[in-house]
Amino acid sequence: MTLLLIVRRSLRQHALSTIITALSIALAGGLLMSVWVVKEQSQRTFTQVNTGFDAVLGARGSKLQLVLNSIFHLEASPGNMPASDYEYIRRHPAVKMAIPIAVGDNLRGYRIVGTIPELFTRVEYTPGRHFALASGRFFDPAEKEAVVGSFAARKLGLSVGDSFHPFHGLIYDAANQHPETYHVVGVLAPSNTPADKVVWIPIHGLQTMTGHDPRAATDVSAVLVQLRSPSAGFMLDIMYNKQGNRLTFAYPIGAIMAELFQKIGWFDRVLSLVAYLVALVSAAGVLVAIYNSMESRRRDIAILRALGAGRFFISGAIVFEAALIGAIGMALAFGAYVAIVSVVAAIIQAQTGVLIETFAYSAVMLWAPLGMVALCGLSGLLPAWKAYRTDVAENLAPIS
Amino acid sequence: MSSAPAPLQLSGLKKSFTVPDGGRRTIIDVPGFALGSGEHLALRGESGSGKTTFLNLIAGILAPDAGSILVGGSDMAALGEHRRDLLRASAIGYIFQTFNLLQGYSCLENVMLGMTFGARADRARALELLDRVGLSDRLRHRPRQLSSGQQQRVAVARALAKRPKLVLADEPTGNLDRRNSREALELIRETCLESGAALLVVSHDPEVLGAFQNVRDFAELNVCLKEAAP
Repeated sequence: MTLLLIVRRSLRQHALSTIITALSIALAGGLLMSVWVVKEQSQRTFTQVNTGFDAVLGARGSKLQLVLNSIFHLEASPGNMPASDYEYIRRHPAVKMAIPIAVGDNLRGYRIVGTIPELFTRVEYTPGRHFALASGRFFDPAEKEAVVGSFAARKLGLSVGDSFHPFHGLIYDAANQHPETYHVVGVLAPSNTPADKVVWIPIHGLQTMTGHDPRAATDVSAVLVQLRSPSAGFMLDIMYNKQGNRLTFAYPIGAIMAELFQKIGWFDRVLSLVAYLVALVSAAGVLVAIYNSMESRRRDIAILRALGAGRFFISGAIVFEAALIGAIGMALAFGAYVAIVSVVAAIIQAQTGVLIETFAYSAVMLWAPLGMVALCGLSGLLPAWKAYRTDVAENLAPIS
Repeated sequence: MSSAPAPLQLSGLKKSFTVPDGGRRTIIDVPGFALGSGEHLALRGESGSGKTTFLNLIAGILAPDAGSILVGGSDMAALGEHRRDLLRASAIGYIFQTFNLLQGYSCLENVMLGMTFGARADRARALELLDRVGLSDRLRHRPRQLSSGQQQRVAVARALAKRPKLVLADEPTGNLDRRNSREALELIRETCLESGAALLVVSHDPEVLGAFQNVRDFAELNVCLKEAAP
């Protein structure tokens, strides 16, 4: 009780430095937790997102490029493959379902992907969930109709009944407009998958778009594959990747994405290091703030000692105060965390369509506050040592 | 029939300090001194004569080089620092010339802090004492919001709140005007009388000394002052 009173009064007496120090800890703690959660959640999300498919078949090239292009709608396509390859894998006994996609156009920067309606009606993008419509209906494969992902619809301001002209290429260039007019007949409900940022049209429409090479009018960019069993994946992997040399079979998708995170792991480590350093600097801030105030505390310490407070009690109060500043800072850090992670999540969603889970429990939310409070407590040891050594008689002036 | 130990009994008390030339100078050399239960005594001494050091030794704030300081039967000089702190907190009330109130705390908190390290902080007792010293309407005031006289009254209430057996007062009116000085002194004496505490006041102020029947020269006790005298 007395300890709390003394610490509370001390915090109030040094309110400005307390607030500034606590805010710097809040920022450091928020940054540390954000880096950790974004790293953890994006890794978990991106290695789990497969939009319901086990593998991707595409032109010969990098598996990662193939996955990024056909599942996440990022990166350039490694090339096209003949329709016969699609037909072959579609009929393969090891394959449960095969959905072709074709890319090559955009609508003001949002990728237009040609596919077949089965993507919406038969594929469960996550177990038990099909793509649902927020409004309208799915497109008719024979018509110039489009179904727009929820995020793309919001950003492009499209709704059912609107029409648009596609633009050639994956990068928006106003000069490269196709003459075809597509009508929006449906808007997808949010699925928090990359499908949300895509404008979907019938594959035939994209293949035969004015200006596209008529010789490739039946080619597909990739085939999204659902397998009957995991062993089928390894069999097809051998068939396409080891025995064949025309196509690439990317399987399993999660492992390929995990490789990506391994490759950019150094970046995570740099970010974490920066966050740790910021945390360390903030803890040093606590030390400096309290240490610098020790001169003005001497008399109070001497009075408390004269009233009977022991050296350890006074030192403990200083350490407790430092830890409390850390605790206040870390309480505020959750606010900083929410702000930082929300912004980062919005950026990730804008880039990939994937919404990372920002408020899921993570161990960092336990160890970061505890660690920071402990670190701040440790940083209070030096001022506490100074308090411990305060000479009572000398500071109870005057002497008669 | 056993009698209660005297609030203060000391013998062979010595304290020296290192002086700038590196040697040691004895400041306190008191062969013997005692204060009975409920006894009030004023010690007369000039500034710089070692009065504060003497009180600090009795209060256990300083450790002596030699001798014993029995406070209510416990030898302050023989105790470790922690036990000295506890003994001071429970048995001794200390009133300072500059009041030594904690500026960041209210009057009530200052008085309660006077109790908290030696016993349970008793809010009712603190309120009672603040009422006794006429400050029941200043409970939440900070020291700087009070006059000097009022501050010294808070200091008196703080020193007596824990019902000490021994009250030490170091130039308790040194920072007060004549009227406040008289009032503060009366208050200290009255409250000590009411609680039965022994009171040891050190001062060089004739008015303070005149208020006590029992007055002794500090030089009589502290033999090193006698030796230093011409």
